[in-house]
Amino acid sequence: MPALLEARELHAFYGPTHVLHGVSFAIEPGGITALLGANGAGKTTSLRALCGMIATRGEVLFDGRPVRGKATEDVVRLGVAHVPEGRGTFASLSVEENLRLGAYSRRDRASLQTDFERVYHYFPRLKERYQQQAGTLSGGEQQMLAVSRALMMRPRLMLLDEPSFGLAPLLVQAIFDILRAINRDEKVAMLLVEQNAAQALDIADHAYVLETGRVMMSGPSAEIRSDDAIRRSYLGY
Amino acid sequence: MKPDWRIAALAAGLIVVCALPFLVSDYRTFQFTLVMVYAIALLGLNILTGFNGQFTLGHGAFYAIGSYTAAILMAHYNVPYWATLPAAAAVCLAAGFLFGLPALRLEGLFLALATLSLAVAMPSILKWKGIEQWTGGVQGIVLIKPEAPFGLPLNQDEWLYYFTLAVAILMFVLAWNLLRGRVGRAIVAIRDQPTAARAMGINSAIYKSVTFGVSAMYAGVAGALGAIAVQFVAPDSFQVGLSFVFLIGAVIGGIYSISGAVFGAAFVLFVPHISEGISRAAPQAIFGAFLIVFMFVMPVGIAGFLRLAWDWARRRIQRSSHVTGEAS
Amino acid sequence: MDAFLLQVLSGLATGGIYASLALAVVMIYKATHVVNFAQGEMAMFSTYLAWQLIQWGMPYWGAFFLTLAISFVGGVAIERIVIRPFESHDATLSVVTVFIGLFLILNSLAGWTWEYTLKSFPSPFPAEAYLGGYLSGHQAGLFAVVLVTLAIVYAFFRFTPLGLAMRAAAENPVSSRLVGIRVGWMLALGWGLAAALGAVAGIMVAPLVFLEPNMMGFVLIYAFAGALLGGIDNPWGAVIGGFAMGVLENIMGVYVVGTELKLTVALVIIIGVLVVKPAGMFGRTVVTRV
Repeated sequence: MPALLEARELHAFYGPTHVLHGVSFAIEPGGITALLGANGAGKTTSLRALCGMIATRGEVLFDGRPVRGKATEDVVRLGVAHVPEGRGTFASLSVEENLRLGAYSRRDRASLQTDFERVYHYFPRLKERYQQQAGTLSGGEQQMLAVSRALMMRPRLMLLDEPSFGLAPLLVQAIFDILRAINRDEKVAMLLVEQNAAQALDIADHAYVLETGRVMMSGPSAEIRSDDAIRRSYLGY
Repeated sequence: MKPDWRIAALAAGLIVVCALPFLVSDYRTFQFTLVMVYAIALLGLNILTGFNGQFTLGHGAFYAIGSYTAAILMAHYNVPYWATLPAAAAVCLAAGFLFGLPALRLEGLFLALATLSLAVAMPSILKWKGIEQWTGGVQGIVLIKPEAPFGLPLNQDEWLYYFTLAVAILMFVLAWNLLRGRVGRAIVAIRDQPTAARAMGINSAIYKSVTFGVSAMYAGVAGALGAIAVQFVAPDSFQVGLSFVFLIGAVIGGIYSISGAVFGAAFVLFVPHISEGISRAAPQAIFGAFLIVFMFVMPVGIAGFLRLAWDWARRRIQRSSHVTGEAS
Repeated sequence: MDAFLLQVLSGLATGGIYASLALAVVMIYKATHVVNFAQGEMAMFSTYLAWQLIQWGMPYWGAFFLTLAISFVGGVAIERIVIRPFESHDATLSVVTVFIGLFLILNSLAGWTWEYTLKSFPSPFPAEAYLGGYLSGHQAGLFAVVLVTLAIVYAFFRFTPLGLAMRAAAENPVSSRLVGIRVGWMLALGWGLAAALGAVAGIMVAPLVFLEPNMMGFVLIYAFAGALLGGIDNPWGAVIGGFAMGVLENIMGVYVVGTELKLTVALVIIIGVLVVKPAGMFGRTVVTRV
């Protein structure tokens, strides 16, 4: 089965600084892949590179078609939803408006109502607060909103950047359970960047471990999880 | 040997400049006098906006204050023309400092707005009936051109040229000294990294207000000289267009350098459709387009471009001398 | 009391013009964090276009709407062609110089094409007085037009997907790209809208002041003052500020400082607001992180 998203020898730059050095990875349709590593390993940079948000070199293929060098909004319109670091919600707009924006680029606007209901099904808390200004939501609610907005895009692939960041453990568990449900029921593939390796490996099928902009290790998540040496050196537990 | 080169060039330039009035017509001499006047004004602008990063669209207003100070002193109080310069300098230094104080908190476009309003309001302030007995209202004040002192064999235009030249040299040397030392570094530090500057103990507030005052002082001295040269002040000579002209001249000349003021002044005077005040011809549309393209291509202005060209040339020469060195 | 009411009401009428222009300025500011110093000249140019169309025999309202459409397209074009290349240039200096260039181009093109003689501009509203003689026909009509325009703009931003997208693009361009919004085009549309708003302001003010290339200068200053007063990043504030400036202008002019210093009043207000509360009455104070 051809990979849904594939990066080959991907280099990325912040201005003159070379931060990704020929990274290669592939994401299968419908699967969950984890991108792990310590702070500064290049995980967030990888996601940004995939979406054309920074300068890059190399190849990125989505569904076999090259997308490296395309503008972010064009990559996104192909079916890639990026839930960025820090949630990226539109703080001054309401929850509902944020969700509506998720559906902005879709042709088939008619089914908007069903999409709203689907999102509220996963995150009932959002339905309670649908008129509230997004900036006044709690951290956990903002994360829910960010994921929901991505869901509204009916994406084929979701890129998630540190969804556990700043959230209490119980909430993290809840959100990861929902992510797993979304992946299973909506058939959305996921690329999960996480510092919380344990949680990520729990729901991922496959994992890559990055260090200083290079892929150090990759394999099925069961393998990575059971390898003590890797865990201690790269994942910190 | 660059340093000797530079001094030689400067000396040569100075000789040419001193000989100029005897080589050209009186009208040209008058024009060159005005170039120097504008250069002084632009130098003030460069110090404030180029070196200190405080954006002003109100430079023309301080020029106006300087002009009127000189005119009022000469016309109503019989103050000799040369004494009006220190007076104008003092008045504008104070006015600029006072304006700079509240303006401290403003950045970028907000400061531009505030200074723009000052420039726009200036003509109507000058026309105000309340101070008409001094300002002469809408008609303004007419002045008399000074004669050469000590019976020197110079006509009025020539004398004024040398007088202005002396003042200009003084002002430029002052600026050069100021910007070269600690003060200059502090001023630039405030422009580039304001927070770091404060953290290093530079009293930003005082420096910024004083820089505003100094900049206004330069405009004021220029304004006084300008009034004497043109022999006339009136509110409508100081419309908002003047501030635009100054800014454009500074930008084109090169706002980040001292020499830029001279290039800018020459540009302002000799590209005739601007110097007539923002007035009436389609060439201005072309000029506006030129300005936009210029900003895109050469934001460092003529002075900056010359410096880049000079550096490039110097590197080429060094490289070729290295090669010959190795070969031998 | 009578005279006072007269000043207030006519102040509200002219305030509507300031409000429209202020809204145009704030719209562009919100999206790009730059103040369009050439907004007045764009409005002036549009007004000349309308005048020309009427001279050629087009009925008033036909010319009005056609001018709005042309202004819209013009605004989009200016953003794409003139402003876009400077998007990466951070310096206030380059941006403002470009605006000055634009200002000069528009101002002198207008003067060259239509000369500097004062022209009178027709009003589509009946000449008789309204509200018991307090408002002239034109003032009342102007007020109505401005209110309708502002209502349409509000409805557009609040209720349409495109309006939502533009608001999003102004607030958070990065996240907007992540939902597929073409942020560059949103900016261009914003400019188009602002240009159309400016055209409304210009066409409405022209019958009051006579058409000439420098007519929008002081209107722009009042609009700036109003926008600052209301909060430079708040559209509602801009509108309220604009109306307030209209009333203040009249009250100050008649009762306090006399008509000659009216512009100085605007200056004082601008400086006052900037010093005391740069965020204006309704704006948000922005905290910059070191």
